[in-house]
Amino acid sequence: MPLIRGGQFVDDPFFFVPDGKAYPDEKGAIVTLARFQGEKETLFARGLPVGVRLASSENPQVLKADLPRIAAVVLEFPRFRDGRPFSWARMLRTRFAFKGEIRATGDFLYDQLASMARTGFDAFEVRQDFALDDFRRALAEMTNVYQPSADGRRTIRDLRAG
Amino acid sequence: MARQMLTANRLRDGAVLYWRGGGWVETLAEGEVHADPAAADAALAAAQSFVARNEVVGTYLFDVQPDGTPVKEREIIRARGPSVRDPILRKDGGKQAAAPVPPVPEDPYNVSI
Amino acid sequence: MYRYDEFDARFVAERVEQFRGQVARRLTGELTEDQFKPLRLMNGLYLQLHAYMLRVAVPYGTLSPKQLRMLAHVARKYDKGYGHFTTRQNIQFNWPRLVDVPDILADLATVEMHAIQTSGNCIRNVTADHFAGAAADEIEDPRPIAEIIRQWSSLHPEFSFLPRKFKIAVSGAAHDRAALKFHDMAVEIVRNGAGETGYRVYVGGGMGRTPYVGYVVSDFVAKPDILSFLEAVMRVYNEQGRRDNLFKARIKILANALGADEMRRQVAVEFEEIRTSGTLTVPAEELARIDAYFAPPEFEDLPDDPADGADGMPRDIPGVDPDFLATNVHPHRAKGYCIVTISLKPIGGVPGDATAEQMDALADLMDEHGMAEIRVSHEQNLVLPHVRRKDLPAIHARLTELGLATPNAGLITDIIACPGLDYCDLANARSIPIAQKIAERFADLDRQHHIGELKIKISGCINACGHHHAGHIGILGVDKKGVEFYQLQLGGSGAEDASIGEILGPGFGKDEIADAVERVVEAYLTLRQGPDERFLDTYRRVGIVPFKNVAYGQDLHAAY
Repeated sequence: MPLIRGGQFVDDPFFFVPDGKAYPDEKGAIVTLARFQGEKETLFARGLPVGVRLASSENPQVLKADLPRIAAVVLEFPRFRDGRPFSWARMLRTRFAFKGEIRATGDFLYDQLASMARTGFDAFEVRQDFALDDFRRALAEMTNVYQPSADGRRTIRDLRAG
Repeated sequence: MARQMLTANRLRDGAVLYWRGGGWVETLAEGEVHADPAAADAALAAAQSFVARNEVVGTYLFDVQPDGTPVKEREIIRARGPSVRDPILRKDGGKQAAAPVPPVPEDPYNVSI
Repeated sequence: MYRYDEFDARFVAERVEQFRGQVARRLTGELTEDQFKPLRLMNGLYLQLHAYMLRVAVPYGTLSPKQLRMLAHVARKYDKGYGHFTTRQNIQFNWPRLVDVPDILADLATVEMHAIQTSGNCIRNVTADHFAGAAADEIEDPRPIAEIIRQWSSLHPEFSFLPRKFKIAVSGAAHDRAALKFHDMAVEIVRNGAGETGYRVYVGGGMGRTPYVGYVVSDFVAKPDILSFLEAVMRVYNEQGRRDNLFKARIKILANALGADEMRRQVAVEFEEIRTSGTLTVPAEELARIDAYFAPPEFEDLPDDPADGADGMPRDIPGVDPDFLATNVHPHRAKGYCIVTISLKPIGGVPGDATAEQMDALADLMDEHGMAEIRVSHEQNLVLPHVRRKDLPAIHARLTELGLATPNAGLITDIIACPGLDYCDLANARSIPIAQKIAERFADLDRQHHIGELKIKISGCINACGHHHAGHIGILGVDKKGVEFYQLQLGGSGAEDASIGEILGPGFGKDEIADAVERVVEAYLTLRQGPDERFLDTYRRVGIVPFKNVAYGQDLHAAY
């Protein structure tokens, strides 16, 4: 699945490794939370980047102690109407100061990209025919924002204050 | 066996539509009554092509009595327009009260979508 | 009134174009109906029983003459010549075409109006006391904080896909005219022991299938911290509100499951973090800047009238219907002024409707008398908040010509009703015709005054848009095998003494319900201890049994 990161299509440095499957050679692995919790040390010992995939019901609080060693947190949208990942992303950025990749996977819409970027997502697994121009357009539809989020953007109130 | 009719809303303006002969008409009276459940299901299946073409939304079957009157009050109101009695202000008495007569489509039983 | 600056104007204009793009993508099929539905709802657009319905926000219920004229224009150009004011300070248009909606929104944007978040599982249009800035019993005008909340909640990136809708109300007065305790969250302006004003915050109120009266989650939030506090509540809800069952997804269910103590604890944890980060602090200068927009008009120094009653209310004004004075004219904080309720409940009319002609004429009336604003109440009426008492005869005369002087505010015919099965896709039974029937039954004004304050609220389904749980007499329409039935509930209140009505028993047929209401009212009249004891007071004193005994009548009783 194509991956947009930092506003560009990039080669995915990770494989998602389903539970029970072997780790790939030479490439970082994204695993489920359950597998991560069971095989944490083995994973880190590989010396390759580690990613953890959270279901929308899984609060990233459980990763807190391990975050400095985690390269990517993948937040899953089971349905685009499930808005929990927005809060998880923001929590990762503002509460835990997570600097790694926050990736969106699953069912989300063009119309949600701007909010995702605002709350801290910086990587997006998109469908094959998705155009980068659309990604840029989605982020530019609304010039200004009323409320602070994880993106550190100046809000309308900041702009009013000059 | 219950008789059924098929309805939907036109996507671009929301108008209530009824199925007839592989297309849509705007009034219940012109709509097709299916005495056979298999025929009703077939109509519903056929209507999905209009959904796929983004012409209609919300297709569903509803029961009608032998004289063609819908069983449920909801469908009677949907067909006739709001039942609000003696409205002081409202000018939306529904389809019968609609002032302009819609132009006659080429196929008298098929409203262009 | 609040005025958009360049930022607000650009925001709304871009939002219109964003929606125009969404509509275009729907029409080409790039968006499926499943994908489009939440997006259109977030911009107030429903597909109802007959047609699309557009719900336009009237933030905190305040409209200028210019805005009222624009609503009239929309009604005429894109709809059927009328608008319908709702129980949450919105106006609904029942017949717009999808393809026209972007243009409607563009027209509305020219007068600083929008439909942003009037539906959908997001933070909805913030409502406020419709007497704000005029009421004699007010600590502070609630609209500045409502505007601050409006801005904060607009396209909030974290809270636009909540488990379910989220409604916030704000009030600054002792008497609750905003149904605070029936909101997902409510902000009440209060004064603490040190004499500072701040906010008491309630959560977990709601009606619908499982009604709850909200509880206090903080007794006092300091002014600069209010958005941090609200955000903390939202985060607890977004993370933990149920998403497995639509009927259990509102915050009231979570609030009840957690209990007040645990809710307070969790909110406090989030609040502390957000507050100390400082990013959501509302600086005093910002509050002052917004406050300035809502500064009251310069009230003239008008004399007291020695004939006034002790409450400062005029008793008798030549040329003004004394019934109108008694019910539709209310005390104002400034001498020589009063507040006027414009009833949208003519006997036999549709509760909450106004025609384009009426809206235009009201705008003219406002201009003639130098009135800058009109309000929309959650009771589906309009309110002129600052009326010079000396103008009352002229204003009353004009309202009479317009069919807008029905002297029934707060009386039994001032009925709240949802659109019901006549318009709504979710309804199980009709509401408007029942309201009309009951209003006609009690049309006699002397009888209405004799009965006194009695709030009837009618919903056509369990979702309770007509607030039946909070009616002194509540009526809930249900569907029994395709036939409409109506349950009676007694003893609800949406005011500061909030309570949920108790179900009387089996439902009544649509031709029986007005009779049943009448029997309940007659029972009240014999039970009450004098004309000052309201229906609600009597009910609370004697309980449901005496009403149950009479409501079903001899013949009906046998039938059940």
